[in-house]
Amino acid sequence: MAEAKEPNPEFTRKVVEAGGKTVNLCFQCGTCTGSCPSGRQTAFRVRKLVRRAQLGFEEDVLPSDDLWLCTTCFTCYERCPRGVEIVDIIMALRNMAVRKGYMAEPHRKVAELISKTGHLVSLRDEDKALRGRLGLQNTPPTVFSDPKALEQVKKIGEICGFDKLIAGGK
Amino acid sequence: MAKYGFFLGCIMPLRYPGIESSTREVMDALGVELVDMQGASCCPAPGVMRSFDQTYWMSVAARNLVIAQKMGVDVLTICNGCFDTLFEVAHKLNHDPEMRKKVNKILKEAGVDEYQGNVNVRHFVELLYKDVGVEAVRAKAKSGKGMKAAVHYGCHFLKPSNIKKIDDAERPHIFDDIVEAAGVTSVPFKDKGTCCGAGGGVRARTPDVALKMTKENLMNMQAAGAEVIVDCCPFCHLQYDAGQAQLKEFGIPVLHLSQLLGMAFGLDKAKLGLEVHQTKVNL
Ligand code: SF4
Ligand code: SF4
Repeated sequence: MAEAKEPNPEFTRKVVEAGGKTVNLCFQCGTCTGSCPSGRQTAFRVRKLVRRAQLGFEEDVLPSDDLWLCTTCFTCYERCPRGVEIVDIIMALRNMAVRKGYMAEPHRKVAELISKTGHLVSLRDEDKALRGRLGLQNTPPTVFSDPKALEQVKKIGEICGFDKLIAGGK
Repeated sequence: MAKYGFFLGCIMPLRYPGIESSTREVMDALGVELVDMQGASCCPAPGVMRSFDQTYWMSVAARNLVIAQKMGVDVLTICNGCFDTLFEVAHKLNHDPEMRKKVNKILKEAGVDEYQGNVNVRHFVELLYKDVGVEAVRAKAKSGKGMKAAVHYGCHFLKPSNIKKIDDAERPHIFDDIVEAAGVTSVPFKDKGTCCGAGGGVRARTPDVALKMTKENLMNMQAAGAEVIVDCCPFCHLQYDAGQAQLKEFGIPVLHLSQLLGMAFGLDKAKLGLEVHQTKVNL
């Protein structure tokens, strides 16, 4: 006979505290999985993810790739008959995973870009030229043209420990 | 004339600046004054950045709200991602004094003014429908050419609907109504309302999975005879535009609503910035 895994209420409690307060309302109907555009293309099953979070199966959840296949489209969230705030649960779990060092390289790059420049996309010479041709200010009137504003954004990253967080993963 | 802080975000000003120039012209034509939010940053993106650290995400967003607060205006965005982050953070901070206190402590340490909790965030489709009005759009539209359009709402414009309360999340109509007022026919298609595939960090981490979702939508749009895809979000726009170039099929031109309206209002075509589109626009 296969051995059953023991639930870990301690981890479930952490998920609840991190913003997944509705996780225990799920009664496993599967409406979420049936609505999920990502699950249609992959083996990701959001119902199972919620169940694992509910039972506190930390080791099944935090390192898993499934956690990162959700596009945050909110379809499941809208349709869940139990009012489970599924996207909030996924966000809580992802924040916990990142704190454990689970962060994919492309995500680390995106995070570095915003913490250094305040934007998720770079400003290239060709962008400036095109903006000029369209009659727009070559450099957008954002942190790109305001060093003091950029300092504030960087400072927020420091205070929140964001730079350390993204440097610390594997 | 109604006045709003124009929140630029990242993808529009840097990859599709034609959406920015079109928005400025179209809003001006409709009597909406846009003022630049000097020193604004990334919203930050609701999928990726919120996934990494929600406190950081909320604090950077709050700094953007403080810029609007200082200007004494509400915020206008033409991007579902920026809308989701700024709307949701404003909603949280405007209603939850405890959370506002926590975020204000971080802002203060970073040399940013306190956020007082009074800024509202608007999505331009909702503004066009509710404030400007469909008839005002119709009155300006000279040529829509009767094209058939697949209207892509995206996810974060209407959802989560419990806080956004803009339109029915399952069967919305306001975006279609504006497109039709511009003289374009909005065609029904299978699974309309489905995610483009790019959100939540999926495009960055597993682009192949994102593209599979995009492809399914494209097949449904093509089957309905769509001659153009109309979006209201530069990130969905990027996913459909670059996605078709990558797939090397379909070839359905992609227009942001601002560009479609620009076209319908008879703006100078050079102002629409269509030459950077990877899927050729010959409309
Ligand atoms: S739809 Fe809601 S109740 Fe049903 S399985 Fe998913 S999370 Fe649980
Ligand atoms: S929010 Fe995520 S889990 Fe839910 S349906 Fe959308 S992609 Fe699937």
